Amino acid sequence: MSRYIEVENATKSFTMQYHRSIKQQLVARMRGQKTHDRFNAVEDVSFTVDSGESVGVMGLNGSGKSTLLKLISGVMRPESGTVLTRGRVAGLIATGAGFQPQLNGRENLWLNAAILGMSEAETRRKFDEIVAFADIGKFLDTPVIYYSSGMKARLGFAVAINVDADVFIADEALAVGDRPFKRKCKARMREIRQNGTTIFFVSHAPSAVRQLCDRVLVLEKGRLGFDGPVDEGIHYLHYDDAEDGDDDEGLGDD
Amino acid sequence: MSSSPEAGLPPLQSPSSNSGLLEVFRRRYLLRLLVRSTVDARYQGTFLGWFWSYLQPFVRFLLFYFIFQVMIGRGGVPGSPRYVENFAIHLFAGMVLVHFFTETFNGGTRSLVSNRSLIVKLSMPRELFPVAHMLVALWHTGPMVVILTIATLILGWSPDPVGLAAGLLGFLLIGVLGLALALIFSVANVFFRDFGKVVQTLTQFVTFSVPMIYPYTFVEQRFGAAADYYLLNPVAVAVLLIQRCFWTGSTSDPAETAATHLPPNLFPLGGIMLAVSLVLLVLAQIWFTKLERRVPERL
Repeated sequence: MSRYIEVENATKSFTMQYHRSIKQQLVARMRGQKTHDRFNAVEDVSFTVDSGESVGVMGLNGSGKSTLLKLISGVMRPESGTVLTRGRVAGLIATGAGFQPQLNGRENLWLNAAILGMSEAETRRKFDEIVAFADIGKFLDTPVIYYSSGMKARLGFAVAINVDADVFIADEALAVGDRPFKRKCKARMREIRQNGTTIFFVSHAPSAVRQLCDRVLVLEKGRLGFDGPVDEGIHYLHYDDAEDGDDDEGLGDD
Repeated sequence: MSSSPEAGLPPLQSPSSNSGLLEVFRRRYLLRLLVRSTVDARYQGTFLGWFWSYLQPFVRFLLFYFIFQVMIGRGGVPGSPRYVENFAIHLFAGMVLVHFFTETFNGGTRSLVSNRSLIVKLSMPRELFPVAHMLVALWHTGPMVVILTIATLILGWSPDPVGLAAGLLGFLLIGVLGLALALIFSVANVFFRDFGKVVQTLTQFVTFSVPMIYPYTFVEQRFGAAADYYLLNPVAVAVLLIQRCFWTGSTSDPAETAATHLPPNLFPLGGIMLAVSLVLLVLAQIWFTKLERRVPERL
């Protein structure tokens, strides 16, 4: 087994600025109030992920899930500790980011693919597949500004999900499009998993995590509270108490 | 861990890119698409399309020409001591570089903030955005250079190698300097948006601090030896270089015009300014790398 993600004692802290303008800062300082504060969004977290593993990251809001994901995707660097990954880290993050609303779908497809790290040859090879996946028909040649939000999301999604990743990461946003599109995404995710791609998946939805992952990390106020099998992790979070099926966000029930 | 299963796999490494402008060069395909889509998007939905990129500078040129040449009589009449031959060319040649500089500096400074949605979510060399802005600005000088070339050719300009070298040096100088300043201020602008305003204010000075709406001779006449300080401004030097390229060649006696209206040590001066700008670019990169790691959380 080769390691694909290695996180060792990673800590990421943020500075919270209470006041922005110089006047506010001076007033606060004269009153003896704090002008800023530091807190650890991710604190001393260590774990490793091997090839082919599919890991779900869960936790309440503000527990540091997104920050951890940003450390792994390389958007942020830890203040202390190390984060190492192998190969291309890509996936369902920032789908549709960088779309130029004035340009048409085709142009945006090329641009978005490049933004997600695809080369020209790779885009050409996958072009038809992406277009078929997005399934937006003749709107491909219409400026994206005229797209419905669903169509825009589908195009962004289709590009992102077709990037060849060594580590596939996903952040919540699996809840796009109508039911057939969701089903298609779900099938594609399963395919990615079966291909042996390492998956790192942030979600609130227990059912989605159950379906896709074989291991769960639970974050609590930035610290790693649990690392182990899926059901135990969900139990640890008490997310299994009242699972009344209202979590059909994401890849959930279907 | 045994190393055998890892043979042929990519190495385990930090996911965040850290090699600055070199990384931008490595991802030049993305850079190309970013530049092209920005250029394409600018005139999308307009009936005249790319024609606007010629129309706008041309109208600006006419405006300046009318005010300074026709109304104020800046060009003077032949024979008078304040006469500037082909003043319109003098003006427009300067405008090309000033436009390039202010667009790079202004746009580059705003580039990190305006690409927030990408920067906070995706790992990519963030120098990409100022560099893309510089290239977009350079692209937009294209139509201006075309207009300028046609105008000077009509006035009887025959391009000379020294002049062309001067022009290229001028462009290079502005490109390097503009990029260095854009790197410095773009990252500062993330922490305090004040810097964007500072740059807007600074660039307003540029138009008047270069020999464009007045020839360099006026500075010498008015300030004497202090004119040397005027030449400490790299943008002014770059504008003089482009004057050497287009304007002097379009006058009736190019050698005489160059001798009268340009400083004698123009080329060494341009070389020094370029070297200084390159050093500034290196410093800018160091500064950018230092502050950049906190950019995603502060945007």
